[in-house]
Amino acid sequence: MSRFAPQIAPRLKAALAILVLMALVPVAAHAIGDPFLSVIANRMLVFAIAALSLDLILGYGAMVSFGHAAYLGFGAYAVALGARWGVTDLLAQILLGMVFSAAFALVTGAISLRTRGVYFIMITLAFAQMAYFFFVSQGSLGGDDGVALQGRSTLLGLSLDGDVTLYYVTLGALALVYAGLYRLTGSRFGRVLKGTRENSLRMQAMGYRPFPYQLVAYVIAGCLCSVAGVLLANLTEYVSPAYMGWHRSGEMIVMLVFGGIGTLTGAMAGALVAVGLEEVLAAFSEHWRLGFGLALVLVVLFSPEGLTGLAKRLGIGGKHG
Amino acid sequence: MAELLEIRDLRKNFGALAVTDGVSLSVGEGELHAIIGPNGAGKTTLIAQLSGQLAPDGGQVLYGGEDITHLDMAARVRRGLARSFQITALLPGMTVLENVALAVQARSGSSFRFWRDAGGEEITNAQARAALEEVGLADRAAVLASALSHGEQRQLELAVALATKPRLLLLDEPLAGTGGQEAERLIALMQRLKSRLTIVLIEHDMDAVFQLADRISVLVYGAIAATGTPEAVRADPAVRAAYLGEDA
Amino acid sequence: MFNLFLLQLLNGAQFGILLFLVAAGLTLVFGIMDFINLAHGVLYMVGAYLMATFAGMTGNYWLGLMLALPATLIFGLVLEFLVFRRLYDRSHLDQVLATFGLILMLSEGVRILWGSAPLNVEMPELLSGSVPLAGPLKYPVYRIAVIAAGLASAVGLWALINHTRAGMLLRAGASNRPMVAALGVDISRLFMLVFAGGAMLAGFAGAIVAPILSVDPGMGESILILTFVVIVIGGVGSIRGAFLAAILVGVVDTVGRTFGPIWLRMVMDPSAAAQTGRMLAPMLVYLLMAAVLFYSPTGLFGRRGAK
Ligand SMILES: Nc1ncnc2c1ncn2[C@@H]1O[C@H](COP(=O)(O)OP(=O)(O)OP(=O)(O)O)[C@@H](O)[C@H]1O
Ligand SMILES: [Mg+2]
Repeated sequence: MSRFAPQIAPRLKAALAILVLMALVPVAAHAIGDPFLSVIANRMLVFAIAALSLDLILGYGAMVSFGHAAYLGFGAYAVALGARWGVTDLLAQILLGMVFSAAFALVTGAISLRTRGVYFIMITLAFAQMAYFFFVSQGSLGGDDGVALQGRSTLLGLSLDGDVTLYYVTLGALALVYAGLYRLTGSRFGRVLKGTRENSLRMQAMGYRPFPYQLVAYVIAGCLCSVAGVLLANLTEYVSPAYMGWHRSGEMIVMLVFGGIGTLTGAMAGALVAVGLEEVLAAFSEHWRLGFGLALVLVVLFSPEGLTGLAKRLGIGGKHG
Repeated sequence: MAELLEIRDLRKNFGALAVTDGVSLSVGEGELHAIIGPNGAGKTTLIAQLSGQLAPDGGQVLYGGEDITHLDMAARVRRGLARSFQITALLPGMTVLENVALAVQARSGSSFRFWRDAGGEEITNAQARAALEEVGLADRAAVLASALSHGEQRQLELAVALATKPRLLLLDEPLAGTGGQEAERLIALMQRLKSRLTIVLIEHDMDAVFQLADRISVLVYGAIAATGTPEAVRADPAVRAAYLGEDA
Repeated sequence: MFNLFLLQLLNGAQFGILLFLVAAGLTLVFGIMDFINLAHGVLYMVGAYLMATFAGMTGNYWLGLMLALPATLIFGLVLEFLVFRRLYDRSHLDQVLATFGLILMLSEGVRILWGSAPLNVEMPELLSGSVPLAGPLKYPVYRIAVIAAGLASAVGLWALINHTRAGMLLRAGASNRPMVAALGVDISRLFMLVFAGGAMLAGFAGAIVAPILSVDPGMGESILILTFVVIVIGGVGSIRGAFLAAILVGVVDTVGRTFGPIWLRMVMDPSAAAQTGRMLAPMLVYLLMAAVLFYSPTGLFGRRGAK
């Protein structure tokens, strides 16, 4: 293994600890007799997958995409469409969601990645909005209101109707996505991606063309996010265009930055905490967005390096890697 | 001597300013060709066009007989044309070894590998260490590039360029900002490289230039004012007036 | 049929003009300050709400407008002073986060102050009613007034940018920021001016659209994304590009929604045409954007190398 392994190990351990802790939640929920706790925790897991996928392009690739929620939608609609076409197996639906996502990411990514900076942010946002309107106009899928699912998917014949079953399937998916991205970010491909983030000109002077690497990362991130979408649809048994609204894209960036960008463990932890916090705040006041927005503004303004800097100073973020 | 690099009537304007004004130049295989000239003469701009970073407005660049004027940077690097940057351009958040290993990786096998740990590639790391050894940076391999001193960063620039296994090396002021001992080591290194590679060297340190160069071209206001052996250039009255005159 | 087309064309132009008013300031902010401001749509919304409030309070459209405009301007300046000015030299990611936070905060604030229900603004006596337009066709005076007001603003802006010293600096700044700084111009004052102007135009758009659109908390966000499309198509930093792109987007969006299904019927059977039309219409402007970007990554009038 790498000679830098001793540096990486603590973070891996932290990730493992988080996963084990999350695995205990249904047990705890059962013990205190509050099944709703599991549902909230399940939501946290789903968004942890989404945040991890976003971290690949935003954290490791420095591509500030403001349209990542579109892929959440593709995953969710893959469940609705799959069920309609008689495909109820979770894996098949995930595959379907990935096909949608890959196609969309390939085309829109190829166009967006020819641009930089403010253009890239605006264009990813606009394309996601296009996908949003596409599903709004699908009357047969409930249009604006969305559509309730007949029931949950099955996994190789196993029914996911039980909340606990779905919970552990989601947890398994999160662990797999984490492990996959852990390998990927340490691989040759991951290095090229990080190198391009650090200094694209230098990478070109070494003989790389950044575009294909960034595009592939963009497609992979979209596909992984659609897994979160598939699981989200199963959790809520409901699919609507609201999953892919641009607020959701913004919230996903906030979650990611919350835990420290460019580190997988940070992304996962950030999403878990942020979703949990959102639930608490929402229960506290219907106007929670006022305080949430204000806090966001204040932190960016008064933490010298922005939210990223704050996370770093608190030791949650750490250096890239 | 066979020509490795041939520049024909190269032109580049920034607005009304002709920064490269009809430059023609040829560099033989194995030659160390120094380009000197006052600040703002257009030396870096010339290198940028040779390496493919900037597209010229007119003229041609031939490399090994092939017209590479319209190739991008990556394609030129693959043909053996490497450069160092005047303003250090490294990957600050990665270690010294990773910086060089990425350059090795670029020319050895596909980078579309998603699973195996790149840090564990012994062959790649060995080659990267060899390049670090060559510039005298081997003991700093595990340090972040951003933690290097300025002089060390210059050394790393060179190591990265060498790791691409170039045939032609374009060096933009490699000695700038290095101290006495570092500079001496780098000069000795270039002396050694001379026997293996063709080098185009931009440098303000005249002692180093006259010590290393086989031929020297003087660039003034984007045009070549004189080309020749160090002795010939030193004696050229136009050069003395335009450039060396400052020192004399 | 032709009459309907003309009607939709006018509606499209009127929508385009509004888009332009919002986009004009924003494209300069992007171009000159390289600052991604997601909260610009908020000014449009605030303009509309202040208009609704002041017009309701005074019972007079014109008084309302006269009060709403400076109020929006002050609101914009306060935002600039408190928030934006600290963000100019931050990373794009920080800018996205902070301005996203502002949107959440201000939209919620509006909800608390004015409620979620849409508000209405009475049309002024002078501009209500319709005028005949080609045969039996009539067109609302108010919409014509909106087009005229927008065009007048565009012309004023054009004159300002092409014939004043501040305008010259703006043009120079939008295409080459370091140069303007090198000229010794007080950049932060220039920024503030641009910002104030942009806020005013967006607020103006919100105020004049209030009588024909319902004023609701989501209005700033829906126009913001279309504004982005306009800026991307026109090219960041280009007022001329923003104008042409805004009209294009306004017309394509409006006409496409009505005529898409009609035109499609010529090539497919009616039910399929209706369905495809419904699906394609809202996506049309985004497809247009994709096509333009495919042809030129920096839009129609963006500077090259501005990547
Ligand atoms: N991108 C650019 N846009 C406009 N002008 C430029 C640009 N790059 C360089 N210049 C100008 O072109 C001229 C030549 O610059 P260049 O960097 O090539 O000079 P140089 O010979 O390398 O100088 P030095 O010895 O200081 O490194 C300078 O006047 C510089 O200001
Ligand atoms: Mg130079």
